[in-house]
Parts: sequence; C-alpha cells; structure tokens
Amino acid sequence: MNTLPQELRYTTTHEWVRIENDTATIGITEHAQSLLGDLVYVDLPPVKKGLAVGDDAAVVESVKAAADVYSPVDGEVIEVNAALNDKPELINQDPYGAGWLFKVKLVGELPLSLLSAADYEAMLNEE
Amino acid sequence: MPFIPHTEDDVKAMLNTIGVNRIDDLFDEIPGHLRIRDLNALDSGLNEMTMSRDMKERAERDGGLACFLGAGAYEHHIPAAVWQIASRGEFLTAYTPYQAEASQGTLQLLYEYQTMMAHLMGLEVSNASLYDGASALAEAVLMAVRANTAAKEPRILIAGNLHPHYRQTIEALVRPQGIHLETLPYNDKTGCLEPQLPKIENGDMVAVVIAQPNFFGGIEEVDNITDWAHQHQALVIAVVNPIAMALLKEPGAWGQRGADIVCGEGQPLGVPLASGGPYFGFLCTKMDYVRQMPGRLIGRTIDQDGKTGFSLTLQAREQHIRRAKATSNICTNQGLAVTAATIYMSLLGASGLADVAKASHANSKVLCTALTALPGIRLRFNSPYFHEFVIECPCPADSLIQALLKKNILAGLDLSVLSPELNHCLLICVTETKTSDDIHTYANAVQHALQHILTAVED
Amino acid sequence: MLIFEISAKGRRNHLQSPRHAPEASDIPAHLLRKNAPLFPEVSELQVVRHYTQLSRKNFSIDTQFYPLGSCTMKYNPRGVHQLASLEGFLQHHPLTPASHSQGYLQSAYELQQILSHITGLSAVSLTPMAGAQGEFAGVAMIRAYHLARGDTARTEFLVPDAAHGTNPATAVMCGFRIKEIPTDKHGDVDLDALRAAVGPHTAGIMLTNPSTLGVFERRISDIAQIIHEVGGLLYYDGANLNAILGKCRPGDMGFDVMHINLHKTFATPHGGGGPGSGPVAANERLKPFLPTPIVGYDGKHYKWLTEKECPQSIGRLSAFMGNAGIILRANIYARFLGREGLCRVSEYATLNANYLMARLQQAGFTLAFPDRRASHEFIITFKKEAKTLGVTAKDIAKRLLDYGVHAPTTYFPLLVPECFLIEPTETESKEELDNFVNILIMVLKEAQDSPELIKQAPHNLPVRRLDDLKAAKELDLTWRDSQ
Repeated sequence: MNTLPQELRYTTTHEWVRIENDTATIGITEHAQSLLGDLVYVDLPPVKKGLAVGDDAAVVESVKAAADVYSPVDGEVIEVNAALNDKPELINQDPYGAGWLFKVKLVGELPLSLLSAADYEAMLNEE
Repeated sequence: MPFIPHTEDDVKAMLNTIGVNRIDDLFDEIPGHLRIRDLNALDSGLNEMTMSRDMKERAERDGGLACFLGAGAYEHHIPAAVWQIASRGEFLTAYTPYQAEASQGTLQLLYEYQTMMAHLMGLEVSNASLYDGASALAEAVLMAVRANTAAKEPRILIAGNLHPHYRQTIEALVRPQGIHLETLPYNDKTGCLEPQLPKIENGDMVAVVIAQPNFFGGIEEVDNITDWAHQHQALVIAVVNPIAMALLKEPGAWGQRGADIVCGEGQPLGVPLASGGPYFGFLCTKMDYVRQMPGRLIGRTIDQDGKTGFSLTLQAREQHIRRAKATSNICTNQGLAVTAATIYMSLLGASGLADVAKASHANSKVLCTALTALPGIRLRFNSPYFHEFVIECPCPADSLIQALLKKNILAGLDLSVLSPELNHCLLICVTETKTSDDIHTYANAVQHALQHILTAVED
Repeated sequence: MLIFEISAKGRRNHLQSPRHAPEASDIPAHLLRKNAPLFPEVSELQVVRHYTQLSRKNFSIDTQFYPLGSCTMKYNPRGVHQLASLEGFLQHHPLTPASHSQGYLQSAYELQQILSHITGLSAVSLTPMAGAQGEFAGVAMIRAYHLARGDTARTEFLVPDAAHGTNPATAVMCGFRIKEIPTDKHGDVDLDALRAAVGPHTAGIMLTNPSTLGVFERRISDIAQIIHEVGGLLYYDGANLNAILGKCRPGDMGFDVMHINLHKTFATPHGGGGPGSGPVAANERLKPFLPTPIVGYDGKHYKWLTEKECPQSIGRLSAFMGNAGIILRANIYARFLGREGLCRVSEYATLNANYLMARLQQAGFTLAFPDRRASHEFIITFKKEAKTLGVTAKDIAKRLLDYGVHAPTTYFPLLVPECFLIEPTETESKEELDNFVNILIMVLKEAQDSPELIKQAPHNLPVRRLDDLKAAKELDLTWRDSQ
C-alpha cells in the first residue's frame, strides 16, 4: 500500500480523483484493479454527459467480473481515455497514470465524502 | 423405490453417521406449523408398463393428422441421425458448460452452431440460443434499446403483419420497462408492408421490426425498409424463418448496411412440432453490438498448452455476474434443441437446406393453384410468398377446418380469430413433407367440403 | 477438429433432402439469396462420428456424479424421455384445435393440478420456458396486481444478498429498483434490516427457501408478515423445491406466487444448458394475472384459456405454450412417483446431503454453517486452504474433474468465500457419496503435499485450463473460411 499516491482523493467505492483547477481526472485504484483481475473491456461515458456524485459513469469488465465506476464529483465529461478501448490492460498496468478513465469539468463544490490517501488506506486496512 | 437406490442398511448407516434416528428428524428446522404430513390428494405411482399404455393412448389421440398448418411452427423431415445423436446421455443430461474442461463437447457444438447460424443470417455473430422465436424477438427489442444510443425515446415500430403471438409476447415482456410499441401498417391487397413508409424524424425510433416472410407468408421488400430505417437512425430487427433464409436474401445483405439484429424461431431446423416446444430462439447481430447481446456466447481460445478449446465468454453481461445490470435475466436456454439443429444443418448442408426450402415452396404453389381453381376461393394477398399463403373462402374458415379434420387433415389456421378483417381467411402451409397425393387429397377434400357447406347454406 | 474442417466441396447427403426441388422462379430475383451460407459439406457418417466424439468430451449425469449445487442434477428417467417422445406427441402442432389435442391438454392439466397441490397455491400456468421466465412472470404479476389497484408507488423489490443472479436481473426487467437485504451469520435473512427496508414503496420480495445457503429460512412466517403488513407480496424462487416436496408448502409459508423448475425438481433433462421449464403458481389474489395460455377443464373436455377468459393476465410469454415436451416429461415423472414417491424425493435428497455433510465435516472439511441442518444441499469453504496452501476452490474443482466427478457449484453463493455448493440429489447411492468423500480427501491431501499438481489441474481431460482472457479479448465467436 506504500504506492498510494498522496496527492489524489479517493472514494469508498475505490475510485480516485486528481483535481487540477476545475478539472477532475478519474480512475480506479490499484486495489480495485487487483480485485477485478485482467480487464478486457471498458465502457466509458460519452463526452458532454452530465454527472452527479454517485452516478454510474463507466463500467470496467474483467473475465469473471464487471464493476460500475461511480462519479466521485459533479460535473460534465470533457474527455475520455480512448486508449483504453484497445488496451484496457493499461488500467491493470498503471491505474493511476495511463489507466485513467475520464475527465470531468467540475461544477460546484467538491463533495465532503472524498477521502484523503491516509483515510483510504485506513479503510483498506480494515477490510 | 423408483429412482432411489438406498437399501435399509444404507439408510441406517447414514442416519447413524449424521447422528439422528429418523429421516424425518432432518426436517426439524422447518417450523411445526408449516409441516405437512403427506401428499395424499395425489394418486399413487404407476409403473412403466401402466404408464406406457396410458401415454400411448394419449399420444394416439393427438397424432395422425396430415399437417398443413404452419403459423410459426413448421413440420419438416427430421433425419434419423438428428435425435439419435442429440439424445445421447452426454448431451441430454449435461448442464450449462460452466466447467469448460468437462464440457468441450457441448461448447464446441455451440461454437459450430453459432458459426452456421451467423453465416445463414449473413451476420457476424450468433448467441447460443434463447427460449423461442417470440421471446427472442422481445430480447432483440430490449437489446436494440440498449444499443441505439442515438434514439431520444424508447419507441419501436413493429410490422403490422408480424405473427400476432409474437406481438403479444413482446408486449408482455417489454411493457414493464416503459418501451412504446407502435405499428407499421400493411397493405390490405398485398399483405406486405405499405411501400409508402411513414414520415419519422431522425432519432424518433429505436428500431423497426420486420418479419421475412411475414405472418401471411408474404415476402417483404426488405431492402427499401432497411435503408429507410437506417436513414432515420433506427436499427433494423429482422424476424426470419431460418429455412427460408436458404432461399431468400439473408438479413445481413438487406439494403446498404444489412439488418442489425436478426432473430426468430429455430424450430424448423430439426426440431419436432411437439405441441409448441421445446423449440429455440436464435439471435444474431453485428460485432458492434455483441456486448449488448442477451444469452450465452461461446468463444474459441487455447488452453495452457496452446491447444484449441472452447469456453463461455463475455460472461460479465450475464445475470450470474452482472445481477441487476445484466443484459437479460436468461440463465437456462434451449441447449438440446440447438444440439439437434446443429446436427440437422450439418447433415443437410447449404444445398440440402436450400432444397428443403425450394421443395416446400414448390409444394405450396401446387396446392395454392389447385385451391384457387375452385369456385369461390381466391388468394387473399397478391404478393410473392414463401411456403405459406392465405386463401379467402366462401364460408367461415372454421367450417372448412372442421370438415377436413374429419378426414384427418389439419387444414391451416383460421385467421378470423386473430383479426375481424380476415374473416373467412385460412392460412395454409405446405412443406417438403407433403407428396402430390397429399396435396390432391387436401384439394379434393376442400372441394367436397365446399359443396357440402354451400349446399347446406342454400338449403 | 471443427465440423467445417472435415468438410469437402461437393459432398452431400441426398437421403436427407427432398428429391424434387425446383427453382422458385416466381420470387423476384432481388429478394433471393445470392451466396450459399458457409455450412459444412460432410457425409452422414462424418456427422454421426463427429458429434458422437464431441458428446464423449462432456460430463453428464448419465456418465458421472454431478453434485452441482442449486441445479438438482438427478437421474433423468429413460422411460419418461421415451414416452414424451411418442410420435403422436411429436407430430402434434401447437395450434391444433383442442378437439385433437386432448392427450396433451389432459397431461398439462394434470400437471397444473399436481403442482398446485405440491405448492399449496391455487392456480398454475405452465407457459414460462425456464426458471428465469417463471421469475419474470411472477414479478410481472405482482406489478400488475399493484397497478390494477391503482397503487403506483411500489417501485422497489427486495432481494436477499444470497439470491441467484436471476432474481435482481428479473426485478429490473420488470421495471423495479432493487434493495438488497443482508443475511445474518446463521444464514437467515436479517430481520432488522428487512424491517428497516420495507415501506410504501415495497412491491415485494424474492426469496428462495431453503435459501441458496442450503439452510431453511426458519423465520419465514415473520418475513411474510413484515412484507404483507406494508402491502408488499412475496415471490418464491422454486430453485430448491426438491428439498421440501411433501414436507411443507410455499403457499403455507405465506408466498403469493412462485415458479417451479421442472428441469430440477421434476427430473427433466438439462440438455447441456436447457430446455428447462418454469411453471408459475399463484394464490387466489394473483391468479387473475397468470400468463396465458392456461389449460382449463369443464368436466368433459380440456381447452385453452387465453386472453379472452383471462383479461387481467400479464399476457403471453412465448409464441405457443411454453416447453410442452418438458411439461409432458414432468407429468410422467410425477405420476411415476405418485404421492409416496414425491415425498421420498425430499427425504432422500435431504438424507444424502446431510450424510455427505457429516462425512466431510468428520474428514476435516470446513462447513459454512456447521450448526445448521443441511437442506438438500450445503456449503463447504476452502478459505483456510486458500490462505495456507494457496489452493483455491477453483483449483480443487478442476482436480475433481481429473477423478471423474463433476465439480460442485463454485463461488456461489457470493457471500461465502472459496466455496463449494454441493447437492448430491436423492438418486445417488451411498457408495457414490462415499466415493466422492474419498476423492475429496485425496485431493485435499494432494493440495497439502503437492499444491502445484492441483493448481495445474485438470490433467486428464480433453483440454487443460483455458485462456479465458484471450477468449474475452480476442473474441472468436464464429469460424471463418480464411482461418
């Protein structure tokens, strides 16, 4: 767990968020990808789609499982990681980097429910 | 005890191991107020001899009619090898191939089935079967709603000359999801869809459902309708008879881009009429929509030694993994009927299947010609048809049906039951199973019956 | 070798096709097919040999012990299959007038009566074609019932977390939102959580009893009361009916509607994945909503009841009347057994399960619910072995195949980690169960002594472990000529 990037915020459902100005980049955590195993398919949201916190935003699918990715923030989708269409394994290989899923232009305040790296790590240790 | 191998000693030893005195003690977690003591309102069991006599007598009551009735279930010759092989215990008594290594027989067979079905329909992929033609169409409608993200509302335009039972089945199965079903009218003279297609806006419709042939046996101008639907961003769902597809243009070749989802009743491919089932529904589509498909899919892959093998794939679409978000709730499908169909298609080959279609069609022309030569009978619709046609009689169709039943002929379907404007109309099907003698017997029987009925009316 | 790979251009079986097949000159050319589909061109012997050889690559009830939990893989009597395949039944067109369908209609009507009696519910429709369609019918009936009363607020369906995947999928198909209800540590529904979840939005609950955890839900009457008090209805998933035949009835437990899996409880063959049949039974309250057609009897003749006689019906679920051949088989099976034999089904299924459970416990296997009585099935978990030996339930399942027994259901229910759900059924002998115990003991020992052997299993089957990742990523679903 010492690889958990400190600058990111996390959710209890294992998404991460990188905030840069009014843009949020969203992906799934190392822990989530290891639970799912080798990913074979990613269903990304359409650009311009409006998202509220907790909305179904994307689906990541492995051989034996599929998981919904929920939006951790409010906003509008401005970009998706098209590289994942051909190479979903990028999520397995580099979940916090090349394996990002989509970017959202933020609207309003960040939700209070977002966890710090330390809180997320504590949550994982409890599981 | 029928089907229970335990001896008294076995039972004693087993109870002893468990640590209880009686079998009944094993039900001690069921609250007493819920316990029942017996099923004594039912009869006692029968042995095989008694049961055989009873069932033979029942089967005889139902059999022995020369079948000229189609309407979605078709009598074709079934080669002897089909059910002899399909009924082997290893096919008959296996279950869903979850343990791939112990199910390569079923899995490879299903891969071969998917291949033949996809090629027959001219599409890229077929699933491993759904329940029957009507429920497969309902699944196709739900699939189209998921696949067509350009549509603004879940509206489906359905050919008015679709089998009415199919229409009823879709209504029952998709209505709870708030999908609107609208009707594409057919022409009263041709029985086919109106050549003048309605004005709709882009994105108004999720999909258009076309039957080829339609319920009356009529052959639709599928190219025009397909292109029209695609121009309006609607998907095309084709409901087809698989035997007809050996003769008629395959849905993948309709119009500029081909139909998007093809489904229908697989029964004509080696499955007996059997009071309506088990049959199987098939569903094929383009690769673009594969993840929206309902039902099981078999993929070819390799094992850890690099040897070719087959397994269930894209299972994450299915209910046992995706639960509430699955593409369908389907679990058990119609594997055994598909086994029969695969063997049937292999035995006949493409040219054999085309010959079945042509011979059926030629037979239907002979009967149609003979019947329409009789006074008072006319062909109800003037479009080209495939092995099934509608005649209008000078009397209620049911009186003809009853008269022919007395001669052990099942004459066809009385369409007045389905729609009042088809009063006096009879839907007749002829397949390759009928000889020219059978056909003449039918025509003569109609002639006599008509004389009888019309004289009775004049009296 | 695929059938396509033994094909040779121009080879044909003329015996199977019609003699005379003239061209369809009356059909306009633009509506005709231009290119023949790519089918194999093979001889009759090649077909027979190919598919016979394929069949031998399958495990089946006829050839192996098949303790697949939740699937009731019991013996499928040959006499049943033969009598349901009599020529008169096979020739019978589904739209034949009732006057010439009395044999089939009588058989279907009798089965409706038998199922009604067994379930304690007043009416039955046989049309659903599998368990999942039966579930759909039942939940759609509950929906129709609420709507018929003008009660449009009921948008939620409750499903226990241990439920079959078909349950939530079905409720969603019927337009409901799902609320999951947790299970307590004894395997019963958590009543406090249930009480907190119900309300004016509750349309109903879907339950299996005995549950998928292999134990009887002891507080079922309390659950029924909680649901009925808020105006909801109870749906019974009949997947485990084999456990309670003649011992208790869903109708008495307070269920309003249920489905029965004929391919489980009534011994109809599973056919490599179907056909099944999922008749639906309902109490007086829900009877008007049963799917059509239903078989009626006026004391003299049997006839179809359709939308005319059943105006409130949820409608038709298939083109004809469901899997008629399976319905015939279930009728014959039930009448072979009769009232005594049907009671024995649950007795010996339960005896076998509890015996197997006791033997495995004595042999050191870990039970998921050691304090509970097994129903007709039970769960063992390899959580400990996974941790200490690195050998998973999947590995052990694969090794069982090497020893010629089909693996139990693995990784279901999802609540129990590394689990086997084991259902021996009543038709297996003590010797077969003892043999299974011995094999499991042997495999566990192998797992301790040479874990690699287990992790690489199976070794003796037509293929070894398959590359599912490749199958999913490089989708190969249709053979092409170019390959």
